[in-house]
Amino acid sequence: MKILVCISHVPDTTSKINFTEGDTKFDTNGVQFVINPNDEFGLTRAMWFKEKQGAHVTVVNVGGAETEPTLRKALAIGADGAIRVNTAATDGFSVAKQLANVVKNGGYDLVIAGRESIDYNGGMVPGMIAGLIDANFVNNCISLEIDGDTAKAIREIDGGKETLSTSLPLVIGGQKGLVQESDLRIPNMRGIMMARQKPLTILEPVDANNETTSVKFEKPAPKGAVKLVSPDNLDELINLLHNEAKVI
Amino acid sequence: MSVLVYTESEQGKFKKTAFEVASYAKAVADQLGTTVTAITINANDTSELGNYGVDKVLNVSNTQLDMFNAKGYAEAIQQAAEQEASKIIILSSSANSKYLAPLLAVRLNAGYASNVINAPSSTSPFTVKRTAFTNKAFEMTTINTDVKIVGVSNNSFGLVEKSGDASAEDFSPVISDLGVKVESIDKASNKVSIADAEIVVSGGRGLKGPENWGMVEELASVLGAATACSKPVSDLGWRPHGEHVGQTGKPVAANLYIAIGISGAIQHLAGINASKVKVVINSDADAPFFKAADYGVVGDAFTVVPELIEKLKAFKAQQ
Ligand SMILES: Cc1cc2nc3c(=O)[nH]c(=O)nc-3n(C[C@H](O)[C@H](O)[C@H](O)COP(=O)(O)OP(=O)(O)OC[C@H]3O[C@@H](n4cnc5c(N)ncnc54)[C@H](O)[C@@H]3O)c2cc1C
Repeated sequence: MKILVCISHVPDTTSKINFTEGDTKFDTNGVQFVINPNDEFGLTRAMWFKEKQGAHVTVVNVGGAETEPTLRKALAIGADGAIRVNTAATDGFSVAKQLANVVKNGGYDLVIAGRESIDYNGGMVPGMIAGLIDANFVNNCISLEIDGDTAKAIREIDGGKETLSTSLPLVIGGQKGLVQESDLRIPNMRGIMMARQKPLTILEPVDANNETTSVKFEKPAPKGAVKLVSPDNLDELINLLHNEAKVI
Repeated sequence: MSVLVYTESEQGKFKKTAFEVASYAKAVADQLGTTVTAITINANDTSELGNYGVDKVLNVSNTQLDMFNAKGYAEAIQQAAEQEASKIIILSSSANSKYLAPLLAVRLNAGYASNVINAPSSTSPFTVKRTAFTNKAFEMTTINTDVKIVGVSNNSFGLVEKSGDASAEDFSPVISDLGVKVESIDKASNKVSIADAEIVVSGGRGLKGPENWGMVEELASVLGAATACSKPVSDLGWRPHGEHVGQTGKPVAANLYIAIGISGAIQHLAGINASKVKVVINSDADAPFFKAADYGVVGDAFTVVPELIEKLKAFKAQQ
């Protein structure tokens, strides 16, 4: 089984979010970039398929050279090879078109992407890849088993979960639950050394227009101070929620 | 060219978000000087949609679509959009709508903006405001394609009632092989889900263990709220994964979010920032959550929560 894991290169979860150039660009100053958490769960599940079922795992990112350390980290975790599509990731649909092209040319059976990236939160790339290559698609995937050509998946739904059966080729939008948090791997020295020897292929992009354009960013207005209520006066809390905030 | 809105139902009944997306579609249609057409899938009674600005309803009844299927639903909406020559398609930000929207976008070659919180600031170019960086910022996005898809965030636009009648007609899309089959659904039918809830009561590691969740559930039940938790709580197995909210969990855009024994780490706040009013109960006056909260009680959850439940019961009884 050939697996492609899509890796988004995103600001670390604790990053302070700032903008530059008249609030039109994300300020990368002092920001540490990491593998998108939803993708990390998917990558770890792919490692399981590699180790238990002999799958071959390639990771891919659409982005400039600055994303290569993130791909190298995925190689150090255990992916067999990496691909970088050499173009800035400026819009979800165009990224999906680049990735769909990689899938078509590479003949992958399973594509694992994260349900959304934690920067732009578009939530569209996995579904769009599936649509573009006409593969089956499971979003919000929290469990995946594959036997030959058939797949059993569990996905999270509002208020519960759903068990699904489908077949390869398959694209999933993965998230926490796909593997245990304790199974996530930190690259060790041996992995880091081996990653240096593994192929990182740079592909030139295919033509893909931007269907959407990010025009400007804003930060939320600063919040007023919290109103503290004494634990001995909870009637006051109820009063505030009823008469002032009007939420109960 | 009418604006097309997909109004979600569950077991034949509209979800509240159906009326919110209809209200949003009406606002867009007014900006463009056109009408609103809704597509419903296996909904029982569609007359209520007229009260939220819908002019015409396309009713799909199809047993193949009894259970949600992203591909099948996307096919139905695509065919409705083509029949109505709709250039703008509005849907919600439910897990199901977010599942089907990218498939629909590919079928219609449409740009898609998700998590949109306002009516378009301009329709030419078509520009909307959406949340980004997990609610730590907003992004103004222009959709450049001829056909546009807008996913509206829950509880962001609100309901706008209009008195009106919607005409209804049957619509029979051709549905191909679904590709993905539902084997079983595991869902607590009597519980409010986090996505639909107006009030969410959430507990963190400060509650010490799963045996103490009775008071969280009771508080939720008094308020008609959904229950949620912080990430370590679900990691420890005290609560199901589906209840974990935050950057790597579920987003919460409730009217009221009550956080009990949760410190307010940046990853937790990211997921709940879109909630309107936040109440924090925490024994540590320096917990970062107090900086993000509207109302706070510095106190021990084990005395504050039971007392709050009793006082709320009395308050509810008077209402
Ligand atoms: C990549 C990544 C992603 C993450 N994503 C998420 C996410 O999506 N959601 C999330 O929640 N976290 C997430 N986290 C974890 C996050 O950083 C925090 O660790 C977590 O939110 C802390 O949970 P907590 O507040 O329940 O626990 P703690 O930090 O242990 O805080 C417990 C709080 O309870 C209070 N307390 C203790 N006893 C009492 C009492 N008797 N009465 C009242 N208060 C009491 C304490 O004062 C404290 O403030 C993520 C972390 C990483 C690294």
